[in-house]
Amino acid sequence: MRVIIIGCGRVGAQLAELLDKDGHTVTILDIDANSFRRLSSEFKGTALVGNGIDQRALVRAGIEQADVLVAVTQGDNRNVMAAQIAKHIYNVPRVICRIYDPLREELYQMLGLEAFSPTTIFARLIRDKIEGKEEKRSG
Amino acid sequence: MGYHLASALLEEGHEVLIIEKNASYCDIINEELGSICYHGDGCEAATLTEVGTNRADMLVAVTGDDEDNLVACQIAKAKFKVPRVIARIRNPQNKLLFEKLGIDVPLSATELILEAIEKEVPTHPLTHLLTIGEKGLEIVEVRIPLSAKSIGKSVQELALPEESKLALIIPKDGKPSVPNAETVLQAYDQIIALTPPEHEGELRAILTGT
Repeated sequence: MRVIIIGCGRVGAQLAELLDKDGHTVTILDIDANSFRRLSSEFKGTALVGNGIDQRALVRAGIEQADVLVAVTQGDNRNVMAAQIAKHIYNVPRVICRIYDPLREELYQMLGLEAFSPTTIFARLIRDKIEGKEEKRSG
Repeated sequence: MGYHLASALLEEGHEVLIIEKNASYCDIINEELGSICYHGDGCEAATLTEVGTNRADMLVAVTGDDEDNLVACQIAKAKFKVPRVIARIRNPQNKLLFEKLGIDVPLSATELILEAIEKEVPTHPLTHLLTIGEKGLEIVEVRIPLSAKSIGKSVQELALPEESKLALIIPKDGKPSVPNAETVLQAYDQIIALTPPEHEGELRAILTGT
């Protein structure tokens, strides 16, 4: 599959490597070229400097042929905007974005985006671990 | 921009609330316009809930970032059912996206400035080759564009301004020639003409106007 990742932070870089190893065509976009240092030398995909909410950069990254777009920049609003550009302007079949704010995550899921809040996911994960342990003790 | 907008709206008698992230701007606004500024992030659903967005008739997003304006408007519309949402955009390319999502977008400042510039700069300028004579006649060069109204017309039909003369026509394929009243203009013809400076604009319009 052809995947475009917006944002080469820790998550973006790791996702890029994972998909690349699984044989997908990966293009990763970031406004800061320095962020590409997170990619290993074995990364066979393309790293482009550009702004994920700038349509010209997205076209250069191949959004017109993309199967999936993942928006994982540090800014919730930028992620949401990039995701919607991909969905509504370029009709990318699958669009996934990270939204740290749980309230906005809920809203955007309602609006039809695959939105995930690491805040919610992680808080729940820890709660489960805590409650899991407590059950073991009392049982 | 938000400040001046609010000021104008207040004068018209509307109930206005400004949401501003920067605490010092907030203080300034409250001092100068009265307690109408709330310190918070207008993109957070929690903030919008607190200020009673569900009562609003309109939300106007005029931050400096298109993505923030987008999100504020979407939350206002989807979550609080605000009837009308307006956003300012910096990048004119984003207009289509905003409109698809039901957000009204006035002409961006970028587009307005571009329009103003294009009005001043003729799209098919005459190239000045030489100024001659005591009267300051200009010898100019211009290429007839594909969409020009002058194409297919004879020199006589063009009704050139007085004292403007077409001295030479160099067609795209063919030899240069001295035109006469019956010579017909074609696309991409290169014209060398003589014109008094005060008729230059008119000449340009006649030859290259679309």
